[in-house]
Amino acid sequence: MSYEMIGITVLWLFLFGYIIVASIDFGAGFFSLHAKLFGESKKVNGLIQRYLNPVWEVTNVFFVFFFVGIVGFFPDTAYYFGTALLIPGSIALILLAARGAFYAFENYGQDSKLSWLMIYAVSGLLIPAALSTALTISEGGYLIRTSNDHVDLNWVALLLSPFGWAVVLLSIVSVLYISSGFLTFYAARAKDWKAYVLVRKWFLMWGAPMIMVSLFVFLSLRVQNKTHFDSAVFEYGWLFIISFIAFLIAGMLTYLKKAHGIAFLFVMIQMGTAFFGYGLSKLPYLLYPYVRIDHAVTNDNMAVGLIIVFVLGLVLLLPSLALLLKLFVFDKAYVRGRK
Amino acid sequence: MDAVEISRFLTGMTLAVHIIFATIGVGMPVFFALAEFLAIKKKSSRYLALAKRWAKGYTITVAVGVVTGTIIGLQLSLLWPTFMRIGGHVIALPLFMETFAFFFEAIFLSIYLYTWNRFKNQWTHFLLSIPVIIGGSFSAFFITSVNSFMNTPAGMEISGGRMVNVDPLAAMFNASFFVRSFHVITTALMTMAFILATIAAFKLLKNKVKEDKVYHQKALKLTMIAGLIFSMLSMLAGDLSAKFLHQHQPEKLAAYEWHFNTESNADLVLFGVIDESTQEVKGALHIPGALSFLSDSSFDTKVKGLNEFPKEELPPLIVHYFFDLMVTFDIFCFVVSGLYVLALWIKKWNPNHKAFLYAILFTGPASMLAIEFGWFLTELGRQPWMVRGILKVQDAATTAGGLQFVTLLFALLYFVLLFSASFVLIRMFKNQPVSKDIEKIESERRGGAL
Repeated sequence: MSYEMIGITVLWLFLFGYIIVASIDFGAGFFSLHAKLFGESKKVNGLIQRYLNPVWEVTNVFFVFFFVGIVGFFPDTAYYFGTALLIPGSIALILLAARGAFYAFENYGQDSKLSWLMIYAVSGLLIPAALSTALTISEGGYLIRTSNDHVDLNWVALLLSPFGWAVVLLSIVSVLYISSGFLTFYAARAKDWKAYVLVRKWFLMWGAPMIMVSLFVFLSLRVQNKTHFDSAVFEYGWLFIISFIAFLIAGMLTYLKKAHGIAFLFVMIQMGTAFFGYGLSKLPYLLYPYVRIDHAVTNDNMAVGLIIVFVLGLVLLLPSLALLLKLFVFDKAYVRGRK
Repeated sequence: MDAVEISRFLTGMTLAVHIIFATIGVGMPVFFALAEFLAIKKKSSRYLALAKRWAKGYTITVAVGVVTGTIIGLQLSLLWPTFMRIGGHVIALPLFMETFAFFFEAIFLSIYLYTWNRFKNQWTHFLLSIPVIIGGSFSAFFITSVNSFMNTPAGMEISGGRMVNVDPLAAMFNASFFVRSFHVITTALMTMAFILATIAAFKLLKNKVKEDKVYHQKALKLTMIAGLIFSMLSMLAGDLSAKFLHQHQPEKLAAYEWHFNTESNADLVLFGVIDESTQEVKGALHIPGALSFLSDSSFDTKVKGLNEFPKEELPPLIVHYFFDLMVTFDIFCFVVSGLYVLALWIKKWNPNHKAFLYAILFTGPASMLAIEFGWFLTELGRQPWMVRGILKVQDAATTAGGLQFVTLLFALLYFVLLFSASFVLIRMFKNQPVSKDIEKIESERRGGAL
């Protein structure tokens, strides 16, 4: 494999990791607000906090990893995305900061406040929306070149774009879907049946709208970027079919109240195949039509350096992550609240 | 203000906020690990309560540190896209490694904070703090490498306005890397020691809960001894930095000292006010030959003056004030902690005397301000360069519209974050006597023994 393919695969994997863990986190915030407003907090909060308190900071690192990595491997992207995303990116950052901080204030502080819960629950849903503008922009058609070769974002085009709004909607719905899927698994593991009934209902409820919005994204991509759409359908269509089958299996298992661990595994397969199908069909463009993966890549020495560090880093990280999961997700006594 | 100035202002604001929490982030794990070590070694519930309370407060500061760190990481590309396009791939290695160190720290910190009672052997839990300390200091190391590259670029060539032929290791281990990292780590540890000492001194002065007195005295003793050691190391680091600047960035050192004409036996200028148009310094204290001595341990050393450099490449002269303040605050902390440690030794002196406590009250804020001033002076001292000798700041800023708008939003965010973090931290410890925590620990112990 060429350096740029190794680079983009690594980055795409980390972005996928972020999407999964961050969705669980963002969705959980929204669900705890929902539960609080409808007087059901007691049912779910213990469960959510037992999982989230130890892992939220690690979630954030997945994101940092992605954007540091992309600048290293593909410095050109920093220029185009950096310029275009000044406002949407800053808004996402502000939401991310408010959410992270108020999550900590609410959960580790002396007293809890409804307004703090509101801040982190609502910002949790707006972050995916703001971050997804990066994906929208990458399809091309939203950048303008001014005189002397400067680049800026075309706001009007972005705000009027059906594709853009479809992506925003998809990101929000998938957050709720993934999160409730994980919480169903965690509640079943915790034998916390009150919470289980509630989160399982949420999961089953969000499945159908998610598939509908996905279809809409597909259709609007056809208008936005025909080459990308054709490649997705004709070359990588099979990945999306696997994704749909995995969706059906996850839904079925949950409906039948069976094997929740495996059901969540299928949720991950469903998301993974769709995400990699989307990524693969996009190549060779990182940002259509300005940044091509083969032109934007860093020089060889640095690519080798980054890959070596990456492998060494994984040797360190994977056992640590396994330990974290062992202590807070797979340890039955902890999950059930006895530690 | 134009785009360049707003971008500079916003970057400066973000860093000024982040550096507070980053400093705590580097220093704090060392201290709660130290307290836990003493707790296990001496089988003391007091030290255990100390470790637990410090770690508890840390959950709040680390959250703000993480989010402001994420902000500055992305702001580099949002505000300085040209710089990242030209140089992003050269600083990629340390940036990447910084993220790994941060990852490592985040994982073990989570485990450390949530497993106080989960292991049979107490040392197991203590050992978890080691990767946290390693992760914290290594992320400081690597990120300092990025900053030092901007001061002393290395490991690449310039061709057609781009950096090519990159040698990742040479870029990472550039000339100023070691001196700066050493300076950053020692001052972070020093600052943390004095902040914790300030808290202890404050509690002792208020003396609201009588039973807690011994606890706070123990905390004070621990942090002041550490403070003395780290402030001496900081001074050593400062001295090494001055010598380094003399060799590699003489214009920066000259600006710190308002040193205009190249000469041997150069004076060290303390305080004073300058009239920039006439280069006239008023009310300053001149120490003959001290600048030469500081630069190279000899009074005969010739120190380059500002007049030798092109006018448009000079740093702003305001850095001198920051330099003076930084050094003064550092010396103040050193003297206070030195006297306190002497008082522990000399039987006639009472280390918990009110006068001591009042002085100690100022060491925390003074050392944190010294950190801020130190960063102001090193960053302003690099002006007008973004990457010294290669890329000017004015050529690197973003061209996107909406800068004023996002600057306002960020300012609002930082205000809210600082305010609510302080609010939460104060609430966390106000009216929460330690004696209750200690009782709880002891009853848990008895419960465990049964």
